[in-house]
Amino acid sequence: MPAFPKKWLWILLALAFLVPLLQPLLPDVVSNYRLFLVSTMIIAAIAVLGLNLLTGFNGQISLGHSAFYAVGAYTAAILMDKLDMPYYATLPIAAVMCFIVGYLFGLPALKLEGHYLALATFALALSVPQILKYKWLEDLTGGVQGIVLSKPDVPFGLPLNEDQWLYYYCLVVMVLLYWAAANILNSRSGRAMMAIRDQYMAADTMGIDTALYKTVTFGISAAYTGIAGALSASAIAFVAPDSFNFFLSIKFLIGLVVGGVGSLAGSVVGGIFYVLVDNSAQALSTFVKNDLGLQFDLSAYTVFGIILIVLMYLMPMGIVGGVYYLVRSMRSPGAKAREQAALKQRASS
Amino acid sequence: MAALLEVKALKAFYGQTQSLYDVGFAIEDGGITTLLGANGAGKTTTLRAICNMVRTEGSVRFDGKDITGMPTEEIVRLRIGHVPEGRGTFTTLTVGENLRIAAYTRKDKQGVRDELDRVFSYFPRLKERVQQQAGTLSGGEQQMLAIARALMLKPRLMLLDEPSFGLAPLIVVEIFRILRLINEEEGVSILLVEQNAALALDLADTAYVLETGRVVMWGPSAVVKNDENVRKSYLGY
Amino acid sequence: MEQFLQQIASGLANGAIYACVALALVMIYVSTDHINFAQGELAMFSTYISWQLMSWGAEFWVAFAVAVVFSFVMGVTIERVILRPLHNAPVLSIVVVFIGLLAICNSMAGAIWSYLIKEYPSPFPKSSFGIAGVIGPHQLGVVLVTLVVLGLLFVFFRYTSLGLAMRAAAQNPQMARLVGVRVDWMLALGWGLAASVGAVAGTMVAHIVYLDPNMMGGILLYAFASALVGGIGNPGGAVIGGFIVGVLENMVAYAGNQIEKITGVYIIGNGEKLTVALIIVIFVLTVKPAGLFGRVVVKRV
Ligand SMILES: Nc1ncnc2c1ncn2[C@@H]1O[C@H](COP(=O)(O)OP(=O)(O)O)[C@@H](O)[C@H]1O
Ligand SMILES: [Mg+2]
Repeated sequence: MPAFPKKWLWILLALAFLVPLLQPLLPDVVSNYRLFLVSTMIIAAIAVLGLNLLTGFNGQISLGHSAFYAVGAYTAAILMDKLDMPYYATLPIAAVMCFIVGYLFGLPALKLEGHYLALATFALALSVPQILKYKWLEDLTGGVQGIVLSKPDVPFGLPLNEDQWLYYYCLVVMVLLYWAAANILNSRSGRAMMAIRDQYMAADTMGIDTALYKTVTFGISAAYTGIAGALSASAIAFVAPDSFNFFLSIKFLIGLVVGGVGSLAGSVVGGIFYVLVDNSAQALSTFVKNDLGLQFDLSAYTVFGIILIVLMYLMPMGIVGGVYYLVRSMRSPGAKAREQAALKQRASS
Repeated sequence: MAALLEVKALKAFYGQTQSLYDVGFAIEDGGITTLLGANGAGKTTTLRAICNMVRTEGSVRFDGKDITGMPTEEIVRLRIGHVPEGRGTFTTLTVGENLRIAAYTRKDKQGVRDELDRVFSYFPRLKERVQQQAGTLSGGEQQMLAIARALMLKPRLMLLDEPSFGLAPLIVVEIFRILRLINEEEGVSILLVEQNAALALDLADTAYVLETGRVVMWGPSAVVKNDENVRKSYLGY
Repeated sequence: MEQFLQQIASGLANGAIYACVALALVMIYVSTDHINFAQGELAMFSTYISWQLMSWGAEFWVAFAVAVVFSFVMGVTIERVILRPLHNAPVLSIVVVFIGLLAICNSMAGAIWSYLIKEYPSPFPKSSFGIAGVIGPHQLGVVLVTLVVLGLLFVFFRYTSLGLAMRAAAQNPQMARLVGVRVDWMLALGWGLAASVGAVAGTMVAHIVYLDPNMMGGILLYAFASALVGGIGNPGGAVIGGFIVGVLENMVAYAGNQIEKITGVYIIGNGEKLTVALIIVIFVLTVKPAGLFGRVVVKRV
């Protein structure tokens, strides 16, 4: 597994904390809009991290993480809207809520593998916008209109503006979640999770309670993605059912495969990547129209679709995984062979 | 006389593990050759390698033509009938469909009908069960179906993988009688893989013995039959 | 009573559509073990092709035929070019590729034809077709066209040697090769046929749901439910499952409507269609994975 070198992690982290402070010096480079964009990238990274815990590290395919994202977002939104709860207090509740929903969905999912689990979660993703509009939930969810919220206030009279504060808020949450995920994966439980992914049969005979691990992983994964959803509700200050459609799941999938299936650092890269493409789609489309002279509205999803397919040929381990192995195999000639063997092993399992 | 099938330095691999090491043999046109060996010796793998169903190195020539590396379906179309280990019944198709599918590559409708009649004359039991789902046949019937199906290709060479496996002795005798008929009346050459060495050596004119993926001895059946090691290991006396 | 019959009739019409898409899914499933998540979007794309031809002045049935042939070629091409090299890839790769196809078809259709909802014509004569008060002309037409298509497919698979070869290749590819069947081409052909059947479904349903790039989402979900109810490895089961699920869907909405009328309490209606499909999918997958008629195929080891 490509592990990010510790030293670089700290340097990156320090940079991430310092950058907003440069705003007075470089107001055009570090604009509020850019900070907000980076906040959405961080949220995306958390969501992809959640998916990766389940699919990348535990081998359960999910096309339905938009559903857990929605549960997180709506839990947070309803708590803020109906109970006037402060935004930060909604995060743990959203996490617990999503853990329960994920765990419960993980129970029937136990019986399903591969394509069938993909199918069940696909169905979940398709129907969630409709469930959110259900008449009896309308009082809570606001139906088609959704819920309008206000942006997180800057606390303790800190000398920050809203976007800067949001950025720090999201960053701290992500660092904590990343650290927790890294610890889980390094523990006995983490090794059990991966053993289940790599060799389903053997894990059973090794005395691992496969069912328990799979359902709990489902719950944790849903909780991560749900926290991302809750953060996004605060960040955008708005939730509406149709923004949690299947295409959101496609974005998570893009994040997963671009960053690398089974790579924590890759999840962050993947999250950043899909927000970037999403936001550049307009520019891309203009480029295609004006500079290439094609009368064609290039959408982000065309790009996503092509990337999804092409990546499965070129770098099934994801861009981060692929680059990592490239670098390593340039360093040591034997690594290439081991990489091939690792790929084969995963292909056959 | 030129050999119908000529195998040289054949190696076969399942993933990284090698199962055949430089196997070589030749089958005379019109002859019956048997391949003997213990479980896991590489007999099935040899038949698979001829049809390019495993990763192979070396050379396989059929009727003077190099067929190494050709896709399985194209090799078969040169009229090599393969009766695989486990019989390969299309369980959800009817008996009739199992037979028709093997003639799928043939354009001569009349020839196919004649072939079907001939096959039914060998195996009248199949004729009674044309409409039956093949998966519901007994083991012996499925073996007959597998041989009949290979015959529908109008093969010049038949590869048979343990046709006696799991069958009652009487049925085995019947099947071997028919194999001899096919060889004598239609001039079909046969490569027979068997655990039942006594039966196989009676039928075949030439025998090869495989051990852990290598040919350890070969010769006319009569000679091989009298070899002391073969007697001890494969014939049990 | 009349309303009840109407509901059954329109359920059958919807069911015919589900049956087609479900059959397309099953055709690919039995030969490759893959669940084609892009099936709906391919059908949607083909329907746009027919719409484009009609807007250029083509007759409905000409446009229909061209769309069906186009889909066939598209299906064969996708199998040969995109999926063939991945036949031994892990499940995740396959699923990802299908989702990629889905995203491309959807966004390309939006880019070329915009996301605005379009009217789509019905080819069936308004007068003297259908049964007044029970089934409308388009609904009856849909059921008839579907039955013809299903009949043709049945004859093809049952009585032609190519159909036989395709069945053999799906059932036991190794053995099919050993009798000279070009299995790879059979799989591609299966893909082509599946795409064609999907195109029939798309062109038939577009008049009912209107044409837009997202029109097949719900239909695909119902087709999955149908295929599962029928047993996902069972083509006949998928067709029957389609009709069952189509009628069931309308009955649920009808029952919800009646309950609301009598008690004044809203429980379930048209707004919960996808949720009903989700429940059917999860229920069948976990409780009766073999479907009503199928053999157990779900947990393969
Ligand atoms: N599908 C397979 N995968 C891996 N190894 C195999 C496979 N089939 C056979 N082998 C190995 O190849 C060797 C030869 O097997 P086989 O040809 O089936 O022997 P025989 O038919 O003589 O009993 C054995 O060691 C067996 O374990
Ligand atoms: Mg054998």
